[in-house]
Amino acid sequence: MKIVVPVKQVAALDDEFELLDDGSGVDPDFLELDLNEWDAFSLEAALQLREATGDGEVVVVTVGDDDADEALRGCLARGADRALRIWDESLDGADPLAVARVLAAGVERERPDLVLCGVQSSDAVNGATGVALAGYLQMPHVAVVKQLDFDVAQSAATVKRELEGGLVEVLRVRTPALLTIQTGINEPRYANLRAIKQAREKPLEVSSPGELGLDADLVAAAAGSRRRELKHPERGEGAEMIDGSPSEVAARIVEIVRERMSG
Amino acid sequence: MSAGDVLVVAETRRGELREVSRELIGAGLAIKAASGGRLVVAVLDHEPGRFVQSLSVDGVDELLLVPTPNEHFEAHVSQRALEELIDAEQAGLVVLAYTIDSLGFGPAVAAARRLGFASDVTSLTWADGPAVTRGAYGDKLVAELEFPGKDCTLVMLRAGTFEPAPEGSQATATRTVELALDGVAETEHLGFEEVADTGVDITKAPFLLSIGRGVEDKDDVPRFEALAERFGATLSVSRPLVDAGWMPSARQVGQSGKTVKPRVYLAFGISGAVQHLAGMRTAETIIAVNTDPEAPIFGVAHYGAVADLFEVADELEQALE
Repeated sequence: MKIVVPVKQVAALDDEFELLDDGSGVDPDFLELDLNEWDAFSLEAALQLREATGDGEVVVVTVGDDDADEALRGCLARGADRALRIWDESLDGADPLAVARVLAAGVERERPDLVLCGVQSSDAVNGATGVALAGYLQMPHVAVVKQLDFDVAQSAATVKRELEGGLVEVLRVRTPALLTIQTGINEPRYANLRAIKQAREKPLEVSSPGELGLDADLVAAAAGSRRRELKHPERGEGAEMIDGSPSEVAARIVEIVRERMSG
Repeated sequence: MSAGDVLVVAETRRGELREVSRELIGAGLAIKAASGGRLVVAVLDHEPGRFVQSLSVDGVDELLLVPTPNEHFEAHVSQRALEELIDAEQAGLVVLAYTIDSLGFGPAVAAARRLGFASDVTSLTWADGPAVTRGAYGDKLVAELEFPGKDCTLVMLRAGTFEPAPEGSQATATRTVELALDGVAETEHLGFEEVADTGVDITKAPFLLSIGRGVEDKDDVPRFEALAERFGATLSVSRPLVDAGWMPSARQVGQSGKTVKPRVYLAFGISGAVQHLAGMRTAETIIAVNTDPEAPIFGVAHYGAVADLFEVADELEQALE
């Protein structure tokens, strides 16, 4: 059994961030990089399936520059068997459809039984890359899975799909399939020091779209959008800020609550 | 059809039209006014005819009724149906909701048909083609996107953001579109489950004290339960506390939890992810305490304090003694 887990090294803004003068993006000095929160859950789901079946391989794949190696090493330390990073300069700022197109070339090569993506990334929140990838792979797919029961012998999975308002749909999908995994489905493990050391010995392959047989024009044609500008949101009226010490803040909160609740 | 034509895809679930559908039509009407094209609304459902009345809106040129073989939403059926509608209708803009169901097939259609694409769209305009804005870096920034070289662009609109279309004064013209959808489904529906009832209904509470990721330790949760009780509030939570197994999902505010509208919503350590805001933005008074001055929750809160939530909680406990 083989499971491919596409992951992303996400960027969070630190408190003092600044935009680049040309409005094209955030000054990279102010970005804090980390493995996407959702991908910790999809990786854990893959590792648990491998452990339950007693054999198989978990391969993590990302589209990213060499900063993303840290996220991949983290995945290897948690227990993934191999990692593949795909990159060339033309992918800088790629939209979810272009990323999915490139991932598809990496995933196709692996011929997996399951592809487990995170529902979304915490920085871009498109919620689109996984299902777009399924579109390119022409693979059955289920989005926003909060419970997964994979029957290897039957080549099928029974899953629970999280809908709005606390509603859940139970459904069965034949595999190979692509699932996007929701947070809370499991409890992601941490890597211990020994595993972190061992991860340095595990294979981390670096490739490019060209090496995977992807024409640069094909990737460019796949892109769904171009970013014109990045800017600060118009806050509208925004909140009236309560200044002062914690005790002054608390006193004002009590005052507001009593006023609003008594009216 | 022409580049200025708009195809809106309405959403249904368990025999009901989902509220967001009227917001999509409202956005479609605004684009039609700017582009001068036609506005067509498609409804993909087992019995689409039952939605004719609720989807009739003045200004909609045609309602496409697309019968599906499956009783409930099925992603692959919706995917195939939309691909065929796009091929047949040749609209320049396709409008879907940024919801769990539509996210289950919209991106796959955009990939397969090489469409322009944007999700979680918060504003949509037209000037020789569509342009959108959407959040970036967890809604701390806003990105403007354009779609150069695309004959057709699929946008997925954030629910609760666009003005819903008004009720129609007469029935919109309908057209039934029969598509070959048998055998397209890849999943089998086994049933629905509702969230377990724990005896607490946060949607009925007039005063919610809500805690989020800022509460980093399970051992601190009882303290906020006690504070809520002392304050006369009901405790609710954001998603991370439910994911961690610290609180039952019946207490969760947000898209996948409950939508609440209390008189006062007092949020501690909740940054305000879009899915959370969707569940509480209509509260009458929102007070937010967070250490991050850029936290998106301050964008919807009426009162805010940039402060350590534990220090404020200490002081509240004393003030309420």
